[in-house]
Amino acid sequence: MLKTFKTGGVHPEEYKLSGSSPISVLPLPEKVFIPVSQHLGAPAKVLVKKGDPVKAGQMIARGEAFISAHIHSSVSGKVSRIDEVTDPSGYRRMAVIIDVEGDEWEEHIDRSQEIVREITLDQKGIIQKINEMGIVGMGGATFPSHVKLMVPEGKKAEILIINGVECEPYLTSDHRLMLERGEEIMVGIRILMKGLGVTRAIIGIENNKPDAVNYMKSLAAGEDGIDVVPLKVKYPQGAEKQLIKALINREVPSGRLPIEVGAIVHNVGTAFAVYEAVQKNKPLFERVVTVTGKTVKNPSNFMVRIGTPVSHLISSAGGVLEETGKIIAGGPMMGKALTSLDVPVIKGTSGILLIRSDESRRVEQNTCIRCGRCISACPMGLEPWLLGKLISHQEYERAEKERIMDCMECGSCHFICPAGIPLLDWIRVGKSRVGQIIRSRGK
Amino acid sequence: MDALVVSGSPHVHADQSVKKVMYGVVYAMIPAMLVSIYFFGLGAVRVLLVSVIACMAVEYIIQKYLIRSEVTIFDGSAIITGVLLAFNVPGNLPTLILVIGAIVAIGVGKMSFGGLGKNVFNPALVGRVFLLISFPVQMTTWPVPKPLFAAAITDAITGPTPLGILKEGLAAGKTVQELMPQLPDYVGNLMTGYQGGCIGEVSALALIIGAAYMLIRRIITWHVPVSYLLSVVIFSGILWLSDPTMYVDPLFHLVTGGMMLGIFYMATDMVSSPMSPKGQIIFGAGCGIITILIRVFGAYPEGVSFAILIMNAFVPLIDRAFKPVRFGETVKR
Repeated sequence: MLKTFKTGGVHPEEYKLSGSSPISVLPLPEKVFIPVSQHLGAPAKVLVKKGDPVKAGQMIARGEAFISAHIHSSVSGKVSRIDEVTDPSGYRRMAVIIDVEGDEWEEHIDRSQEIVREITLDQKGIIQKINEMGIVGMGGATFPSHVKLMVPEGKKAEILIINGVECEPYLTSDHRLMLERGEEIMVGIRILMKGLGVTRAIIGIENNKPDAVNYMKSLAAGEDGIDVVPLKVKYPQGAEKQLIKALINREVPSGRLPIEVGAIVHNVGTAFAVYEAVQKNKPLFERVVTVTGKTVKNPSNFMVRIGTPVSHLISSAGGVLEETGKIIAGGPMMGKALTSLDVPVIKGTSGILLIRSDESRRVEQNTCIRCGRCISACPMGLEPWLLGKLISHQEYERAEKERIMDCMECGSCHFICPAGIPLLDWIRVGKSRVGQIIRSRGK
Repeated sequence: MDALVVSGSPHVHADQSVKKVMYGVVYAMIPAMLVSIYFFGLGAVRVLLVSVIACMAVEYIIQKYLIRSEVTIFDGSAIITGVLLAFNVPGNLPTLILVIGAIVAIGVGKMSFGGLGKNVFNPALVGRVFLLISFPVQMTTWPVPKPLFAAAITDAITGPTPLGILKEGLAAGKTVQELMPQLPDYVGNLMTGYQGGCIGEVSALALIIGAAYMLIRRIITWHVPVSYLLSVVIFSGILWLSDPTMYVDPLFHLVTGGMMLGIFYMATDMVSSPMSPKGQIIFGAGCGIITILIRVFGAYPEGVSFAILIMNAFVPLIDRAFKPVRFGETVKR
């Protein structure tokens, strides 16, 4: 019996179209648009001005708050201007726009392919280096990674969990990364373990990637304290709390962080970025992005510089825009629909997904037939139909009691609803209102 | 590409719709429809057609002329109510009475609450119970089943149901063992449908086949049927073991009357049953206990309809009292 989480979950069709496409390096665009807020937390402060020459890897914005991350240039060239651009979440954000000239990297970056296994930095040094290199969670949440390594007073990290689940349909960037850069990921995991001061790590991978499971297992065989656990395919297994439950059967209490149960979760992509940062001195300025969808001729996995416009990725993969109605940054379950093709790739962009025109619009909404499928699907054990109803009646206090803030917006309820009720839309509205109420209470 | 569609996640959906769910239930009732036609012939065809058409017509009239809303008679739900109402009446029920049943089922049982998804009670059962109380004679005069192409076994046109024989016999002071010879062989005949009764309830086997289809297609879940079934078996089993001369065995209860129809098709009606798995189990157990209470100690030989309607009334309370287990509710380490 393969492990999985118990409560809820759904099985969307997988459509891993790009699973067998090796990672290829995307040619440089003419211009990159690098937002200074690509992470959870405070935006970074811009360090360059119009006309400044920059090199790839040069810090162009400094994250000064406790929860923030530095931003580095992904290309060499000249700063064309500093202006607002629309980012994948649809908001206008300050960005450094750079005209690309050549491809010159900062000298301190080790560009060789040789794998550096020996970890010379100590715990403090590791955390500092990860901070310096602007590493954030690569699974999509983009939480600054060095903050995650700083275990709060009174808590103790016992185990590092590495997320290789990739439970979103279509996406294959983590899958390819494990197959092609597995050895580097292993070193990255060792670094994270040292940074946290733990001796045990588990890599969770869904069983629809048997090649990755076997390869990572063969690599882990030579490592002390690192295990690979195949997991039953079920969405949203890649969600932090669900993954912890599946792998070590511990339940993170409502409203708390994984450290409460002694666990810290990092994505395989983050482990790779950590390897490059610590062993190769390379800041996070490129990442693997899956470009896929039914209207993409050659579903691909690209190594992409941060700030590259989405249009550049789509044309490189042969996306047929005439038949496309919707473009999503991320997977189909939690990804964000893009408002334009000029949106740049940011640190958290795991994929660009093209949806066929006829599948782009939502299904017609019908009346609730009380089938209860949303309850069975909710991985947090909530009652989405009830939350939706409460919010539509503006009963925020009651919604709070029904634990609306536990919702992580995985979308399983709206996915499964036969009446096509946009339950998650209601819940999002409710979460923002209830959040306001909770904050005003604190004052 | 004209303009990009922008909407909130999720961007994919399960291949499901209200229509698909409803027609799935209709398809699941086809085996029982065929058996009813086999045993009750044209009478069954007439009852099925009249009931379905009347239910759809009533819904149409109400939606079109009374409340002036969108007409949704082809969403499948009115068809289900029609078939279930037909299943719950004898094959010789006069057409006019059946139409009255349809008016009550759809008009009172469904539309007065606001239509699909809002009705508290199972509409078909509202219609059925209304007819049972208003037209007790017509509703309990059962035609003797006569298989198509077969010679009649008796000259009788109407006869009692197994539950009726039992109820009257026990009331007259006879024991279960004395009454058994009068009852059809209930593992053979009662399973396949060779018994008197409402047209859709006679064949446990056909109903189980349809139920299996619904379970496989995940239209219904196991919670209500299994808890209903188990509570019937346990409760009637306790009575049977306490005095086998006074109480009949659990298997008899399961295959007679509207039990199978109730367990798999009416108690599982998603609109009028609880939404959380825990609540569904409580609901099913309550249905089972009330059914046996009515059958054994009540005035009616049959208790399924009343039991489900009574439990329907408790659904809002059950929904409030039995919440799903919240993730991270109890701190486990």
